[in-house]
Amino acid sequence: MKRTSSRSKSSNPAAKPATGPVALLVATRKGAFLLKSDRNRRTWNLSDPIFLGHIVHHAVQDPREPKTILMAARTGHLGPTIFRSHDSGKTWKEAKQPPAFPKAPEGKKGQVVDHTFWLTPGHASEKGTWYAGTSPQGLFRSEDGGATWSSVKGLNEHPEYSQWMGAVENGTPDGPKLHSVLVDPRDAKHLYVAMSSGGVFESLDAGANWKPLVAGLEVVESFDPKNLWFHDPHCMRFAGGNPDRLYQQNHCGIYRLDRPGETWKRIGKSMPKSVGDVGFPMTVHPRDQDTLWVLPMDGSGVWPRTSPGGKPSIFISRNGGKSWKRQTKGLPARNAWWTIKRQAMCSDAHDPVGLYFGTTSGEVWASRKEGGRWECIARHLPEIYAVEPAHSSR
Amino acid sequence: MKVRIPSPLVSYTHKREVDAEGRTLGELLGDLDQRYPGLRFRMIDEQGALRPHMRMFVNGEQVRELSIQLRSSDEVQFIQALSGG
Repeated sequence: MKRTSSRSKSSNPAAKPATGPVALLVATRKGAFLLKSDRNRRTWNLSDPIFLGHIVHHAVQDPREPKTILMAARTGHLGPTIFRSHDSGKTWKEAKQPPAFPKAPEGKKGQVVDHTFWLTPGHASEKGTWYAGTSPQGLFRSEDGGATWSSVKGLNEHPEYSQWMGAVENGTPDGPKLHSVLVDPRDAKHLYVAMSSGGVFESLDAGANWKPLVAGLEVVESFDPKNLWFHDPHCMRFAGGNPDRLYQQNHCGIYRLDRPGETWKRIGKSMPKSVGDVGFPMTVHPRDQDTLWVLPMDGSGVWPRTSPGGKPSIFISRNGGKSWKRQTKGLPARNAWWTIKRQAMCSDAHDPVGLYFGTTSGEVWASRKEGGRWECIARHLPEIYAVEPAHSSR
Repeated sequence: MKVRIPSPLVSYTHKREVDAEGRTLGELLGDLDQRYPGLRFRMIDEQGALRPHMRMFVNGEQVRELSIQLRSSDEVQFIQALSGG
């Protein structure tokens, strides 16, 4: 399987920056919230909780129909489902057929979706199409706006599935996950997914066939990187304006991949040694392929996965990861032992770009100046799982 | 027969006690899903197993098997096991 054409772009200055208010879709362990700004992004208003008590792993706006939001939810005792709103979160309907693995033949043990972890709107040309990544690792597709979901058999029933992803019991304590579903904006059939564990995979035929894309990625010391289920990408993004470049925050570092190349380069080695390049989230500039932000976590000893030294820092690179600069203005200088999950950091499409992240201790922080200054815009929320931007529909 | 619905599932039924029919617990859940679409999948996974923290009682006795036979005079109750937070 080889991609024959590649349209490299250095940046996308032609893309027009967004203007006006921004809404953030904040998914938490106890429900979802909408956090809405004024048109200057200076003041923010928090909504009442949506589905209070539900575990919401992800809530995402449909850029093709901006009033549409999908939300992946479950509770501690009820099975996983998807809720859909077509009026910007005022009213919700449940999926008729949520993501679920096929029923196993009699006598065989089948897989069970524990929760839907990730939602991605499909290609701009495929209105109503969505992808969902689940725990354990599964990819599902909807072609009717999230009402019904079907298994992407090319991945979920691949003969090497268990060699790629390992057994459920080999996954992380809160379950192995498929995440970072990326749809090439130039080609609806060109998909990437990442799996914790399992690594990165690419499909050129809308999910019928897949190949691993893990060359250059490191795994935990002394293990064999050829074994795919040792790979643990945490978050993968297209570079802003250039879908031929991928960035990745991995369990074992920060990486960049320039296609059609197939070998990831560890760009996190230029991070300060005292901080390291372990973390969960990352986000990118919407129009500049060389600009990205990471939020490092402590990966030493028993892996506390908190801000190193209790001093939260965002790091920006404006040259594709060659060098990094610490951005801390406005953040606590000490005694802030934050954890930020992989879906809990995002950027908007304004100029200057707005950045946002949510902590597991229930605070949302924002910067209107590309990380140059930070302020807390919400606190006392439940444990935050995801923060996604939603631009107003006009 | 009478079925007692736990509060997390009342968003489907809009009442705590409903009527449903079935010769077995599995059929009863199928009938409930016809009347209240989506309810069954929140309780029973795609492989046909009761989700880990759901409990089913027939006439006050806990049961696990969906194949258990029911009579029209039986009373069925579902509850969920909540954790500490």
